[in-house]
Amino acid sequence: MSEDTAPQEDTEPQQELGPYGCPESEALGERTIHPNREQWLETAQGLLDDGWTMCFDLTAVDYLTYAPSRNLPAGVNEERFEVVAGFISHSSGTRLRAKAQVPASDTSIGSLTSIYPGVDYLEREVFDMFGITFEGHPDMSRILMPETWEGHPLRKDYAVGGIPVQFKGPQGG
Amino acid sequence: MTITESEPTTPEQEGSDAETPLAGQLHKLPRRDAVLRMSEVRAAEMANEPIVGENDQTMLVNMGPAHPSTHGVLRLMLEMDGETVRRSKPIVGYLHTGMEKTGENLTYLQGPTNVTRMDYASPLFTEMAFALSVEKLIGLEIPERATWIRMLMCEMNRISSHLLFMATNGMDLGAVSMMIYGWREREEVLRFFEAVTGLRMNHNYIRPGGVAADLPDGWRDSVLRLMEMLPPRLEEYDILMTGQPIWRDRLQGVGTLTSDEALALSVTGPVLRSTGVAWDLRRDEPYLAYDQVDFDVVVGTYGDAFDRYAIRLAEIRESIRIVGQILEKMPKGDYRAGDAKVTPPPRARIDESMEALIHHFKIFTEGFKVPEGEAYAAVESPRGELGVYIVSDGSSKPYRMHVRGPSFTNLQVLPHMMADGLLADAVASISSVDPIMGEVDR
Repeated sequence: MSEDTAPQEDTEPQQELGPYGCPESEALGERTIHPNREQWLETAQGLLDDGWTMCFDLTAVDYLTYAPSRNLPAGVNEERFEVVAGFISHSSGTRLRAKAQVPASDTSIGSLTSIYPGVDYLEREVFDMFGITFEGHPDMSRILMPETWEGHPLRKDYAVGGIPVQFKGPQGG
Repeated sequence: MTITESEPTTPEQEGSDAETPLAGQLHKLPRRDAVLRMSEVRAAEMANEPIVGENDQTMLVNMGPAHPSTHGVLRLMLEMDGETVRRSKPIVGYLHTGMEKTGENLTYLQGPTNVTRMDYASPLFTEMAFALSVEKLIGLEIPERATWIRMLMCEMNRISSHLLFMATNGMDLGAVSMMIYGWREREEVLRFFEAVTGLRMNHNYIRPGGVAADLPDGWRDSVLRLMEMLPPRLEEYDILMTGQPIWRDRLQGVGTLTSDEALALSVTGPVLRSTGVAWDLRRDEPYLAYDQVDFDVVVGTYGDAFDRYAIRLAEIRESIRIVGQILEKMPKGDYRAGDAKVTPPPRARIDESMEALIHHFKIFTEGFKVPEGEAYAAVESPRGELGVYIVSDGSSKPYRMHVRGPSFTNLQVLPHMMADGLLADAVASISSVDPIMGEVDR
């Protein structure tokens, strides 16, 4: 892992960029890279070229009501949504997580479907549940909820909901 | 049923044709055009449109969600050219109940009751992935006996799940006796589960910190009885199906998949192994104590439906082998961690100590707090990699709980497998992927 600091970085002096040109962090033995939205596709292509054979998981987290501080490495601006993808290298048996911040004002990010076609359903699920659009996805439609559904259930401002139940008194009482 | 003209190629395909070479891994998917990109609403509208022209017509056939061979509620939109499937689209979501959202409103102790209902054919695996993920966040070490009990239960569950596959696979393909036999043997395993966990399914047995209860008296004899009963029955399956020409003709060369396709489509489990990729998390990323038992990872050669059948049958035998070793090595000790923050007090203490009663009450009402952070833990379920990703904000409920279900991602291969095959072979393909819709839809 190279330790070269970003050449023109001025705000965070001790920021370290990993081999994919983005900040890295490690917690609980899980390595995470933090590309920004613009780097998302380029990073994925780089991962594929480096032998990360499979993108096994892709999901998102809505940090709207997250109380503690986010603990992101320096150089990553926190936004409401975070798209999280997991990569695995079968030859070395290692895993890597990539996380990109997606602002609430523009919930879109590039689609990995051409680089890792297996994320097709996973991206549709994130679109369905969080309303994040993946640009370049061949079929950006809902997958679990009905096509006509309004709202995105896994967003934190989407109420859990419930059906009012009317209880009846004792018979003849 | 609707008669329709062929849809024009989608913009994505045109775009990928324009730029050469193909980006990323698309070139590994020669049958990518077989994925039908059409909304259900559009398909329904087409029923009312007039038929134009005579030639070059395909028919859009809707299969499921209540078709007996679709394993519950999978619906397939098939573009048929006579008896041949051209393009197809699996439509899922009929069992969606928002379990990930529910998970955010349940404490870590209640979590397993929720996740166990996802993959109802192998519930213990989801419980275990959940427990492993929570334990990773807490940094909790579980006692050795709990580890081995978990392994025992999971291998038994793998056996019951694969027996269920044997049954449904047989049923889908017309081997109806096999259905009865598969259910019969599975029932014996479920009887063991009932004795240990109290329930045949949805056990809520593996919990963060260990397991819910120690193995009951006589468990060893029950396991030995099963280990004795199963191998001759598996021999019967071999006679009934494996060597039988009709069965082989029905499955060999059907629903083939290459290893390139499988890897590009994020396929895991027996479907991936059928293409020759020897990847099994039990061996390659050993969790629990799988590094201390001896077993083989079974791989196929042709990536067809027969390989997937044969792999699962062989995996039952491997699981029996593992269970045999677990019986020998099962250590004595506690069945759950001694950490009072996570573990409720022993039942006997509650009767004599007020503090223990309060402790018990608090742990079941408020739950325990899990440090901030995020963790992903994966296990090799009978269907592939089953992972649970938890983001914790330091409270007693997960901030986000995501389940990476193997059936969900594995379903993506269906259009590739079924392309240019017969409709009858499509049934064999669906069956060989062995999707459990509860986990697909969550």
